[in-house]
Amino acid sequence: MDLFLQQIVSGFATGGIYACMALSVVMIYQAIHHLNFAQGEMATFSTFIAWQLLAWGLPYFAVIPLAIGLSFIGGFVVERVVFKPIENAPVLSHIVIFIALFAIFNSAMGFIWDFSIKPVPSAFGEGPLYEGSLLSKHQTGMIAVTMLVLVLLWAFFRFTRVGLAMRAAAANPQSARLVGIRVSFMTALGWGMASAIGAVAGILIAPVVFLEPNMMLSILLYGFAGAVLGGLTSPLGAVIGGFIVGIVENLAGTYIPVVGGELKLPIALFLIVVVLVVKPEGLLGRRVVQRV
Amino acid sequence: MLTRRTSLIAAAATALAFAAGPGSAETVVGVTDTSIKIGNIMPYSGPASAYGQIGGTIEKYFEMVNANGGVNGRMIEFITYDDAYSPPKTVEQARKLVESDEVALIFQPLGTPPNSAIHKYMNAKKVPQLFVATGATKWGDPENYPWTMGWQPNYQTEAKIYARYILDNMPNAKIGILYQNDDYGKDYLKGFRDGLGDKTSMIVAEMPYEVADPTVDSQIISLKASGADVFFNITTPKFAAQAIKKAHEIGWTPTQFLNNVSSSVGSVLTPAGLEASTGIITAGYQMDPTDPQFADHPEMVAWRKFMDEFHKDGDKTSNFTAYGYAAAATLEQVLKQAGDNLSRENIMKEAANLRQVRIPLLLPGVTISTSPTDFYPIESMRLQRFNGTTYEFFGDVIAAESS
Repeated sequence: MDLFLQQIVSGFATGGIYACMALSVVMIYQAIHHLNFAQGEMATFSTFIAWQLLAWGLPYFAVIPLAIGLSFIGGFVVERVVFKPIENAPVLSHIVIFIALFAIFNSAMGFIWDFSIKPVPSAFGEGPLYEGSLLSKHQTGMIAVTMLVLVLLWAFFRFTRVGLAMRAAAANPQSARLVGIRVSFMTALGWGMASAIGAVAGILIAPVVFLEPNMMLSILLYGFAGAVLGGLTSPLGAVIGGFIVGIVENLAGTYIPVVGGELKLPIALFLIVVVLVVKPEGLLGRRVVQRV
Repeated sequence: MLTRRTSLIAAAATALAFAAGPGSAETVVGVTDTSIKIGNIMPYSGPASAYGQIGGTIEKYFEMVNANGGVNGRMIEFITYDDAYSPPKTVEQARKLVESDEVALIFQPLGTPPNSAIHKYMNAKKVPQLFVATGATKWGDPENYPWTMGWQPNYQTEAKIYARYILDNMPNAKIGILYQNDDYGKDYLKGFRDGLGDKTSMIVAEMPYEVADPTVDSQIISLKASGADVFFNITTPKFAAQAIKKAHEIGWTPTQFLNNVSSSVGSVLTPAGLEASTGIITAGYQMDPTDPQFADHPEMVAWRKFMDEFHKDGDKTSNFTAYGYAAAATLEQVLKQAGDNLSRENIMKEAANLRQVRIPLLLPGVTISTSPTDFYPIESMRLQRFNGTTYEFFGDVIAAESS
């Protein structure tokens, strides 16, 4: 029973990692209705920037806004330079560029910062939350920040004109343009915000898994799984999805005899397939109805 | 029809001629009266590029050998190519070395997957794949792969040394194991189980992890819950650091054994936390260039002189530059022993004819021995315990020599 509770708590903590990344996935999906394969590498790049600034001796409270701001600009610029010119190209062209960006960011990080693992200090301090606690201070802080980002994101889409405009631009570009929304600017803004959230996710995740160029490779996969499970259009769904994936993965690994430990990931993904077959829009997603 | 039969007869005749010829002619390739051509493949780019330092050091070592008159009057021509740790590229480079550059042998190709990719090819071509830079156990199989030989202690030998220590010193231990779920992890696991013999019931939990897992938190929690008081950590650097850190965080304080693969203080223990790492036991076979107790050792002094004169850009604090130096010295010894008979057959014969040879920079008391049935050159190691700043040796050199 003790082990059961511990595995749930630990799965909740790992789920927090996936949830962070899932939020970034939802953000970009809201803006462009695609999944950006380079999202993870861009987030890792942001984390390296934060690490480098810390290594240069800047204090934490200065580094975080700086890294997030730079990532926002970076994401915005990537969209302007790379995607604006191929706005009307078929989906496949976009996918090829996502993959190219993935390779470029990954190799560039290896070249600049090499492939050895780097410890990233936590903003919340080291050690367990209290004596004997399974959650460390950092993991608790990470989950709290994820919740905060979730609320901000929800409020942004729900209550701000820009948020509404961004949703409109993604859902129906033509009509949005007709009512005076600058659709292509909205797309770039979406990229910037997704990169900024990616930076937050990266900085939160790195103290747990250690920073290296391939840090996000598998996390993006789990984050995507969480987002799909919860609903790609719903930030809340994505976060819940992330937590579910983390917990299911741990319980499967611990309690399914023989294959459990070896098939943690497939079992989690199998669950997602089941959900999608039964409820394609995800647990909390909206059913997207499109006129054709 | 006629032509076909003639060619068949011709083929048969040739085969007969070979079989009945005057002894089996030995193949001498890549050797002249003044030079020996040696090939090498290293990851100079890509994720494993840190290991490239080994190749760079070997190259400089042979420059030093040449500056001192070569081996038996022959200059060493060292050709080294980059495979980026990608097996298909390794195959390509090996073919280039064997078929176009026509080297006498390929020395110290690095990594288990790259070497596995050329294992069959090298043996089919009968070209020595000598002193490979990987610890997998499969390189010492003279019966099936007589052209391939390892160098460093193999994973199973190392695991047996830990098992022996545990049996001797902690007979009531409850052992929990975390291992990477692939050939490397299972190699260690097998050695460890073999080492425990009929005492494998001491193992109370074995938790695998996949390279794609983001963390090993769940496994560490299960290991703690199993009640284990000894932890054998069979992981690559990133996961090793994660495991050590997590165990410390949740207050699990077993006696920890860490595989040599991840024993680096700078790239594993420091990121994991020096306090969390204190007390970790691992086995070593090579002198650490940064260890003050070896600072005045004559071999270390000679190595630093070499680094100053021939390898100025090399990292004098890295284990890799020391490793490359020691490996190259081993090949120099083999070539010296082979004298003027530098056929591929004789090179392999001499590589399998090392008797307690002292190679510089190995730990005091560690020597190299091989035989026609023992293709595992280094098989003794010494246990060391991390004291919070550096490793301290304890006990004697433990040998698991099979010859």
